[in-house]
Amino acid sequence: MTPGPKSSWLARRAGQWRRLGDSLPTWRRGRLSRTDALAALDAYHGLARDVASARQALPASAITTALETLYASLHAIVNREPRHTLASLRQLYAVEIPATFQELKPQLLAVWLLFALSTAAGWWLIHTWPTLVGLVASPEMVRHVEHGELWTDGILNVTPSSLLSMRIFTNNIAVTIFACVAGVFYGLGTFYVIANNGLMLGGVFAFTREHGLDGDLLKFIFAHGTVELSMICLGAAAGVALGESLIRPRLASRRDSLQQCTARIARLFGALIPLLVICGLIEGFVSPDAGIGWPPRIVLGLANLALMYGLLTGRFFRSSAAA
Amino acid sequence: MDVALAIAGPGSRAYAFIIDWHIRLLLALTWFAGAAYVQTGVIHLHAKSPASAIAIASLPALAIYFLYQPLAELAMRGRTPGKRMAGVRIVNRQGGTPSTLALLIRNAFRLIDCLPAFYGVGLCTTIFSQQRVRLGDLAAGTLLVHDGDTETRALAQLGTASLNEGLDAATLALSNDLLLRWQELDTTVRRHLARDLLRRADQARGVAADASLDTLDEHELQRRLRDALAGRVR
Repeated sequence: MTPGPKSSWLARRAGQWRRLGDSLPTWRRGRLSRTDALAALDAYHGLARDVASARQALPASAITTALETLYASLHAIVNREPRHTLASLRQLYAVEIPATFQELKPQLLAVWLLFALSTAAGWWLIHTWPTLVGLVASPEMVRHVEHGELWTDGILNVTPSSLLSMRIFTNNIAVTIFACVAGVFYGLGTFYVIANNGLMLGGVFAFTREHGLDGDLLKFIFAHGTVELSMICLGAAAGVALGESLIRPRLASRRDSLQQCTARIARLFGALIPLLVICGLIEGFVSPDAGIGWPPRIVLGLANLALMYGLLTGRFFRSSAAA
Repeated sequence: MDVALAIAGPGSRAYAFIIDWHIRLLLALTWFAGAAYVQTGVIHLHAKSPASAIAIASLPALAIYFLYQPLAELAMRGRTPGKRMAGVRIVNRQGGTPSTLALLIRNAFRLIDCLPAFYGVGLCTTIFSQQRVRLGDLAAGTLLVHDGDTETRALAQLGTASLNEGLDAATLALSNDLLLRWQELDTTVRRHLARDLLRRADQARGVAADASLDTLDEHELQRRLRDALAGRVR
């Protein structure tokens, strides 16, 4: 067997491949210097030739597979998109969120309708058969109301506002994300989440009304609840869009349609999450405080609604985007 | 140029998850116990402990536990310590590093994938889907692939010594593969292959085949093969 030129190629390039393998972790981590970027580009072109040669000379060899893997890694580094964090954020709040919100209006209307209907159904159910209250409220809540007080009364004596706020907004964010991603079951998961929340809200209102506490409950809810419920409904509208993308795919496959829809609606959470954090802070610091009367609650509730409107329509960011 | 990446199955996925789960649990517990000890002198808290102590100990611990996966994936560009140990990484459908949005979507869908318990939905979709993906990967357009550590080792081994240019490329590559997969192969097979490759190396050098090859033990065969690969003459 005579030594062919291909073995000298392997011998010549092996050291270069090893050095390239050593550089990859550093190149993957962050921004590349000009020298590194040029070295990566040079290596990328050289490696493409090596992969082609290896495929021809050494098919099904570990070396060929290794070169292909190395080439794929280098391809990812060379074709990495540049980061423009501030510009991307401005684009998100000024253009993308408002556009997605506009697109989701029909779904949002449908979700609000479902929520209103299930709230009415919950009210009717508990108003007609009060003994069924155990379906919509915990035994502790029932006990408090039967003793003539809301379960939220004196909650600040047990849990500090900061802890309470944190717990509330974490829970609300999880519920909103769940209402959205549950739409992947062809929209049925979202339907269940909204119907369930509506039934509970209506049922609890009917139960507190029986004990003359519905006014107190409304007072507790108003400042944070308007925006909080709107956000959960908006998350659910996004879930309906997810379900729709699977039922009536706009692209060639359901998978592609789902991916495109998810990438579009996920941007909404850039507005949903900050608003839910604000609602949580109001619910922890303002809503349970018996010393705060109706007027500040109304002002706060309306201001929160205005903030939500501004964020979702992009009014706060239009000028900066134009600049 | 099209290249194929090896998709990781449910086994590698579960292995990586279990390692990560232990890491985040340990980190969260360490924070909780440390914060509790600093504030109260004991490593556990109860209902009557000061609210501030409970908050300082439990909130960051919960944040560590729940945000570990998305933060690690974002910081390590589709890897986590568990994934690294399991030899897998997340890539987009073009084989590149997934975007921040894709990684966040993938993690948001954990809420569904973990249903009803022990990642039931995620495990089922991973087992039955064509590309071994869970719902989060499907929605985010990501895949879990093998990191190619074995492949990298193949090149690293090749590049550590100056290679024997007297050998033809196929013999060189086969010797390299054999040394790399030595432990995985059956004893008889690897001995047979090593002897055959050593005879080829002798032939390439134009010397008569070593008659003692059949009597050499495993260790010696491996050593001779390394020498032949690097062009070190006996």
